[in-house]
Amino acid sequence: MIRVQREDFDIGAEIAALKAGRRDIGAIVTFTGTVRDQSGTVAEMTLEHYPGMTEGELQGIEAEANVRWPLQVSLIVHRVGALAPGDNIVLVVTASEHRDAAFDAARFLMDYLKTSAPLWKRESGPGGARWVEASPSDDAATSSWKKKKHAAE
Amino acid sequence: MRLLYFAWVKEKAGIAAEEIEPPEGVATIAELIVWLKARGPEFANAFARSEVIRAAIDHSHVRHDASIVGAREIAFFPPVTGG
Repeated sequence: MIRVQREDFDIGAEIAALKAGRRDIGAIVTFTGTVRDQSGTVAEMTLEHYPGMTEGELQGIEAEANVRWPLQVSLIVHRVGALAPGDNIVLVVTASEHRDAAFDAARFLMDYLKTSAPLWKRESGPGGARWVEASPSDDAATSSWKKKKHAAE
Repeated sequence: MRLLYFAWVKEKAGIAAEEIEPPEGVATIAELIVWLKARGPEFANAFARSEVIRAAIDHSHVRHDASIVGAREIAFFPPVTGG
């Protein structure tokens, strides 16, 4: 499941909803990305997205994770709009029988999301506003998964 | 076709969305960018570093050599920074 929303999310409630009525899940991994103030230089972060494509990309990334790992449930929630330091940005939850698949799939989902989902961060603070630059290390993280897949084939 | 601009591409171009009919000879993303840049200083500025700008056709990422024939919606945006 994927959701793009302005509202905050409750990690405990999300896990409870994913687990409801199930007795087969043995491992749940969650990742939460949050806004940091970067030593007081960021007072607000605004997330812009491409309605329609963002959801489509997240669904595609989730589908790919479910091909690669035996996940029982997965969830991506990404917030958009105006956020403040300390606010939640993104939640990834993966559930599987054993921990390895859940850990690996959660990392894969985050790495792919950061380089393919059309979302853009704009930070503002005492020094003005700026669009966040893409990080080469994010591209490298995504490429490493492509290499792993080729190696496995 | 419908063109969409996001993040700093939108800010620099001064427009979020528009309907256009590209002229004959504009058949790829790269050719569309060249045509857009010639429309005025705002677009020339927005696409000045055209090599870093990403494009999508009908919600799918594409390279600059992709054909735009039959496209309904084309979007231009900077490298993504979500997560």
